[in-house]
Amino acid sequence: MSAANISVKDPKGHIRSAGRGGLGAVMGSKRIKFITLDDNDGAGIDIRSKENFKNAAQIFNQGLLSHPVSGNALPKYGTAVLVNILNEAGGLPTKNFRMGQFDGAEKISGETMYDTIMSRKGDSTHGCHAGCIIRCSQTYNDKDERYLTAGFEYETIWGFGAGCMVDDLDIIAHVDNICDDIGIDTIELAGSMMVAMEAGILAWGDGHGIIKLIKDEIKEGTPLGRILGNGADVTGKAFGVTRIPTVKHQSMPAYDPRSVKGIGVTYATTTMGADHTAGYSVTSNILKVGGHVDPLSKEGQVELSRNLQIATAAIDSAGLCVFTAFAIMDYEPVSHALIDMINAQYGTSWTVDDWFNLGRSVLKIERAFNAAAGFTNKDDRLPEFFSEPVPPHNATWDFSGDELDQVYQF
Amino acid sequence: MEVNVRLFATLREGRFREQKVEVKDNIRVLDIINQYDIPLEDVAICLVNGRDAEREQALKNGDTVSIFPPVGGG
Repeated sequence: MSAANISVKDPKGHIRSAGRGGLGAVMGSKRIKFITLDDNDGAGIDIRSKENFKNAAQIFNQGLLSHPVSGNALPKYGTAVLVNILNEAGGLPTKNFRMGQFDGAEKISGETMYDTIMSRKGDSTHGCHAGCIIRCSQTYNDKDERYLTAGFEYETIWGFGAGCMVDDLDIIAHVDNICDDIGIDTIELAGSMMVAMEAGILAWGDGHGIIKLIKDEIKEGTPLGRILGNGADVTGKAFGVTRIPTVKHQSMPAYDPRSVKGIGVTYATTTMGADHTAGYSVTSNILKVGGHVDPLSKEGQVELSRNLQIATAAIDSAGLCVFTAFAIMDYEPVSHALIDMINAQYGTSWTVDDWFNLGRSVLKIERAFNAAAGFTNKDDRLPEFFSEPVPPHNATWDFSGDELDQVYQF
Repeated sequence: MEVNVRLFATLREGRFREQKVEVKDNIRVLDIINQYDIPLEDVAICLVNGRDAEREQALKNGDTVSIFPPVGGG
């Protein structure tokens, strides 16, 4: 199924999911069930100048720890802290992108999640991989203090929450756990469920119904399960729904493109399809990290998305968690330390310019791949229904095709 | 006049989640921050009626002020 993901084990032995882009389906098509790595007698990682690397890494880590986002907010609240922020800003997509605010937001917020975790003796600060010093993840227990899920992220909580009108965090945690178990991406599946609700297969807000569909249909591979498991686009087509929030057949994540215009530009143009991490304009639109660009105005968004896409392509290529970006963007010593680590590891003499050129060349290669696969600039557009105003600010999607085509002019 | 103050994340500790408060006319966002003893470096995002607001912005009757510490995510 195209929403199939790749699952990995975290240091505590729980499942973490590499969700988007249908990577699990790609593996399945090659008949690969699992990959196991045994590093006994392995050569280890080759670092040309260990001393320089260690010094640069120390500066880098200090930067991460001293930045208020990566050093404080993320370890404590995790990404779910965004629920209330986007809700206040009018950018929390509710009822399949009809409104920008959800009455039940507080009940599914990061603050509520934190209180619930603590009262049920879960773990509010937990790293998803060995060596992570940000540790933005958490372990969420049920009301009997038994493990329910880990890696309980904003996107999942938004999608099955505000997107589907469910305001019960325990139900959403249960959904997160089953999705991990069967290996399905939560953002894409939330899109399928929103479209299923449009189609009348489920009532809005029916959290138990969502769980039932996953367990009885998707997990069993029934025809309905195969439709839902193939994402929002396929679900919409099967049931004659036109209100489908996708770009390049991938379902939109947790920010309304009309009231957070910078992320809308990224959704439309990034090579992957509607993706937020490729050029996370929310940093400047909403979080005021790396400057401020008014989310309700078109001005500056094309440039913002372009610059972030370039920087992110480089960060991705280095194998870094994208949450290092806050410190990299805000603190110059941290961005220099990053280049120093790369030079120390690979024996290169890169400058910051080389780093950005890496990002540019990665994007050009991706675009060329897409072009060869038949994508054109017509695929760099949002669905028509986004011309509709979204309350409370009544913002609309008003970028022209020509404006969006400027993003890749570099 | 009356404004509605909403605090989030760590700013709620020792304070409150939401409170309607009587204030003088033309009070600024900054005055609200100071009134609740919120250190300026703990304030990252200020929204008035859901839109980004400068500290110097004067409030009107019925405005909702939402204040967040530095936070992030994906």
